[in-house]
Amino acid sequence: MDLQPTDDQNSLVEMITGFAADRFPIEIVRSYGEQGGFDRSRWSELAALGTFGIAVPEESGGVGLNFIDAVLVHEALGAALVPGPLVAATLAAGVVDGVIDGSVVPCLIDLPPDGPLIVEHFRSADVLLVVSNDGVNLVPCSELNGSDVLHPTDPTTPVTVLASLPAGESVGGPELATAWRQRGSLLASAQLSGNSSGSTSLAVDYAKEREQFGRPIGSFQGLKHLLADSWIRTEVARSSVWAAGVTIDEPEVGSIPRAVAGARLTAARAATENAKTCVQVHGGMGFTWEVDAHLFLKRAWVLETQFGSIDEAADVVAGLYAVR
Amino acid sequence: MHLRDSESDAAFRTEVREWLRGAVASLPTRPSDDDWPGRRAYDAHWQRLLFDAGYAGINWPAEHGGRGATPTEHLIFLEESAAAKAPDVGVGFVGQMHAGPTIIAEGTDAQKSHHLRGILTGEHVWCQGFSEPGSGSDLASLRTRAFRDGDDYVVTGQKIWTSHAMAADYCEMLVRTDPNELKHKGISWLIMPMDLPGIDVRPLVTVHGSTEFAELFLDEVRVPVSNLVGEENDGWRVANVTLSFERGTGFVGELLDTTNVFQELIELAKTTHRNGKAVFDDDSIRREIGIIGADLDALWAFTKRNVSQGARGGMVMGSGSGFKVAFATTQHRLGDLALRVLDRSSLSLDDLDGEPTGELVHAKLHAFAISLGGGTTQIQQNIIAERVLGLPRER
Repeated sequence: MDLQPTDDQNSLVEMITGFAADRFPIEIVRSYGEQGGFDRSRWSELAALGTFGIAVPEESGGVGLNFIDAVLVHEALGAALVPGPLVAATLAAGVVDGVIDGSVVPCLIDLPPDGPLIVEHFRSADVLLVVSNDGVNLVPCSELNGSDVLHPTDPTTPVTVLASLPAGESVGGPELATAWRQRGSLLASAQLSGNSSGSTSLAVDYAKEREQFGRPIGSFQGLKHLLADSWIRTEVARSSVWAAGVTIDEPEVGSIPRAVAGARLTAARAATENAKTCVQVHGGMGFTWEVDAHLFLKRAWVLETQFGSIDEAADVVAGLYAVR
Repeated sequence: MHLRDSESDAAFRTEVREWLRGAVASLPTRPSDDDWPGRRAYDAHWQRLLFDAGYAGINWPAEHGGRGATPTEHLIFLEESAAAKAPDVGVGFVGQMHAGPTIIAEGTDAQKSHHLRGILTGEHVWCQGFSEPGSGSDLASLRTRAFRDGDDYVVTGQKIWTSHAMAADYCEMLVRTDPNELKHKGISWLIMPMDLPGIDVRPLVTVHGSTEFAELFLDEVRVPVSNLVGEENDGWRVANVTLSFERGTGFVGELLDTTNVFQELIELAKTTHRNGKAVFDDDSIRREIGIIGADLDALWAFTKRNVSQGARGGMVMGSGSGFKVAFATTQHRLGDLALRVLDRSSLSLDDLDGEPTGELVHAKLHAFAISLGGGTTQIQQNIIAERVLGLPRER
């Protein structure tokens, strides 16, 4: 048992974090949400790092690491709010040609949809992957009609409402769909965990700098306790996200559905609560478009809906505890 | 990163599991909570079995009579003990977890040879005299006075929250040896035998209605100077050296107990019917169970992270405080849910109808022990804010 990252894993996280700071500063993140803002060359740079093929075997063109390594990468991407269909690309890598090197950009929908056929990053993508109980199907985006939402809730996650959904061609059966739902959920949770850490850093930096009543606002216990709670929620979330990632690699150590659903609950809470704290700590400025606090909150809202709701995750955990 | 046991850890787990099966089966019935002589004898008997089998002081260094096990082996031992429903450390808590490790780190050879074996065999029971009525969160303001008179310190003052004082032979004491120095300076760490004249032990009845704690009233108690551990006026540092013993396993027993209580609560929710359906099938109850279950799994993973870090030598700053706050939050949430599931069965602290109803009410009350004891949640939040996040001090 060793549930702390190895030196190699720490280096991997540092590499992704450094790349994100360098190539995806917040201005670039914001521009990805604008019409035509998706930058394929930057996406290819991300792909060239091995981001999407990290857990794909080397003989299939991937990096050949474990799923936990993909989890750590997504945590780092989430902390920097790196935009784009990151989860779809990581799932499709090694299954759909061209995804590993970034030349084919996938987007994804999990059926049945909760309401309209809403797809994130559809207008930037080449193929749509349709996950259902029957399996995974692929539809070229050129064969689909949809209308872009004018004001997506998360300004860095453009969404499109599809008019209809043709059957497409099968790329895998129910087993692949189950695996993708579990892995997709966990990768989104890893981004949520990272998001919770990113918004905490932003809030802590501001609390040290902003002065009121003649001293930094971070010296007041009212803020200290809010921010300490944020840090704690991140550490709790990170613990269950990492444990779930290792459970996918070593299924004999526990229940994958319970670990994945539990990770979703703790990570979604950490991300949404910490981002709310981040807005609150920024005071009136936190209520402006200009300050980045709302971007963390809105991205968290997007991620927490992916591959099932919070209530469904709670039902899964309760049900699996109850049968023991 | 791995969760599976290494080959040697798997072998250790098998060995421990087999030994526990036989040892637990050989135990007599557990005495009632108020029967202190009975509890002491029961806990000492179990500790002797552990000692004879080589499991006493599992995380203590081998040169001081411990097993010198790795943090991971320690975790495995605690996991298997819980699974086998083995007794917990009981009245041995202060000796094994705090006083013993402090004496190992700072004691004289004479103190080591006199005390360590007794703690490991279960013959010596210790209690802790740190907190005072006027010194809780602000422990360093403590005022129990010890002045030097020949070969003795003469100790006068009052201590509170002294767990297991009713059964103890020795007390690890923090006293003020220099009244002119404020706060952390001027404090010393003493070993106080509990049979000395001038010690009055009065049970402190908790919200449970039980007597786990006591108050100590000290009136010119003469403690030999040879019982000073570390240097005079250096007791604050001495009291903190056991932090280096902390390798992430501190709350494992509590967490495993809580998980067992949670399973009992789920069983009760499945078998209790209200408005024509099982309480478990109420959406809001079931989802609360799911959230608490996820939190307990996360806390278990958090523990494994801390133990993994401990195995590499040293904890990450704030991880102990963070775990404790999160655990207290979950414990309170579980207790609140228990009261909802119990409804009017929560009016009894004793079990009703052969169900663990009273135990669940006690679990709710016990949540306060986690959010208050060993540094309140708010003190832990301050520690995290200042030492981990680097926020400026208030003053």
